[in-house]
Amino acid sequence: MTVLLDGCVARSGWMLRVDGLEIGEGVTAVVGANGSGKTTLGRTVAGLDRLASGRLVIGDTVADDPAARVFVPAHRRSVGMVFQDHRLFGHLRVIDNVAFGLRRAGADRAAARRRAREMLDRVGLDSETWSRRPAALSGGQRQRVAIARALAPEPGVLIVDEPLASVDSSGRAQLRALIGESPARHTLLITHDPVDVATLARQLVVLDGGAVAGRGSLAEVTASPGCEWAATFLGANVVPGQAQGTAVTAETGLVLTVATEAAGPVYVTFPAHAVTLHRDRPAGSARNTWQAELQRVDVDGERARVHLGAPAEVRADVTRRSADELGLCPGLTIWASVKATELTVVT
Amino acid sequence: MRQRQRPRHIQALTAASPPDDAAEPGPARSASQLPAALTVVGFVALGLLALPIVGLLQRTPWSSLPTLLGESEVLEALRLSLVVSVAATAACVVLGLPLAFVLARRRLRSPRVARAVVMLPMVLPPVVAGTALLFALGRRGLVGQWLDTWFGVSLPFTTAGAVVAAAFVALPFFVVTVEAALRQAGDDLDEAAATLGAGPWATVVHVVLPTIRPALAAGAALSWARALGEFGATLTFAGNFPGRTRTLPLETYLALERNPEAAVAISLVLMAVALAVLVTLRDRWMPR
Repeated sequence: MTVLLDGCVARSGWMLRVDGLEIGEGVTAVVGANGSGKTTLGRTVAGLDRLASGRLVIGDTVADDPAARVFVPAHRRSVGMVFQDHRLFGHLRVIDNVAFGLRRAGADRAAARRRAREMLDRVGLDSETWSRRPAALSGGQRQRVAIARALAPEPGVLIVDEPLASVDSSGRAQLRALIGESPARHTLLITHDPVDVATLARQLVVLDGGAVAGRGSLAEVTASPGCEWAATFLGANVVPGQAQGTAVTAETGLVLTVATEAAGPVYVTFPAHAVTLHRDRPAGSARNTWQAELQRVDVDGERARVHLGAPAEVRADVTRRSADELGLCPGLTIWASVKATELTVVT
Repeated sequence: MRQRQRPRHIQALTAASPPDDAAEPGPARSASQLPAALTVVGFVALGLLALPIVGLLQRTPWSSLPTLLGESEVLEALRLSLVVSVAATAACVVLGLPLAFVLARRRLRSPRVARAVVMLPMVLPPVVAGTALLFALGRRGLVGQWLDTWFGVSLPFTTAGAVVAAAFVALPFFVVTVEAALRQAGDDLDEAAATLGAGPWATVVHVVLPTIRPALAAGAALSWARALGEFGATLTFAGNFPGRTRTLPLETYLALERNPEAAVAISLVLMAVALAVLVTLRDRWMPR
């Protein structure tokens, strides 16, 4: 099964245009600046927004084709959605929120609740919260309920809009694993989080101003991001490692000093432009200094993106002029440096 | 210690407060002043609204109240009033709920006209409403003549007519309350329900109605109170027949000539009901 979208969605004074976008199995991350059309793309696949022209095919069903007057309403599509603002049913207890989709699919109350309990357990919600109403939950707990509710009926396509934004850091890894599992599902992950992209996405779609600016695997899109926003976003370095106090040991052996204390498995993220490059060992206050092998330099206008290899896959953005002055070329061994305050620790 | 020079308008506003060297200024009382005339007239108006209630209470024959309310005419009117007002409220819910949905959720060609039509019975003099009903649903009326020839149904001067009159004037109260709640709820939850496989009916039944349940109750209570007190339209359209159309308000009006004390007693009952509705709805309608 695939999801194939080719067409336009018109909203007041604004349009999303998608040409032949294929959403395969696994997680497809949708990234782009605010207002680039990410949420509209998700809503269109879910059947909450209609195509103005074009065609949407989900599996072997035409779900939307205005020219042929075909529109399968949202409730008849096997598309689940996790909304950015949760949208839990305030009059239902947590467990009945999660059981809602199963009940609509015809399950009896006992069976639906059994499955709901299982899902709530998997999203890591305490059983004491199950009989509460959504108003009595924290933002992070609500988000977990929303994820459990969307996953419970096992939709063929799952749309997740900024799923981890309101979840505290301790729960993210668990939910991320839940979203990434079951590779047969088609998951459209709308996100602003580079860690989501790095850890979950098999495929990446970059939206810019209502059009697809780039698509492909993470490596492909990183090589040609298609717009400035994506270039910056994808320039973010994501280094997995083990934290102990303010020291994070990367899997490759590099030890990074960070500003905040943490423990256990973490990701250290920092923007590409925060990394400075030097021919000689730099003096000064930057704690994180290491020698790396230069693998590749991509020049794009006045910016040069430098790809560093062992001991850590790190990208550095420098101006073209300083790239020339440093005489950067593949194979060179160079000093890289980044300030501890530029590093963000994500669990 | 000399205080820092304040801008002139702040000095003026704080002039009345004692010269403070107190370290922290507490949460200030509103410094804006109400013109004295407004205050005075405002309280006079409040008194005017309270006066009739006081007058009624003062004239209430407390000791003979049970006897007065136990009179057969009064009991008859009370029974009829309950039947008519409950039936009218049921009609308001059955007809008003779909209407509220249409007003809140459908894109109407002229929403203002539709809303004006809905609100009209609220501002129309009840006598006019009754007259209009007579010309629409009377035996010779626009629709009434067909009701008569096809179904043999004639509404004027029947209990059913009294129900129609009461429902007509009470309907806007239900529709306006429920429409506001539907608008406030928006369609976010409807969308969420749709992505979980709920069709339009399932969404209304399992999501929308439970979400606006407080407004449903408030709208029903308001329309019931309005139906219970209905006088002018009932008298004009349904007449004044004991046991058939003579409801409590009509009985009150008649009793005023026959036995003023009975009128006071019935009025007291109606007022108590109105107050009870108000108290029940206070969380929704009265700011604390």
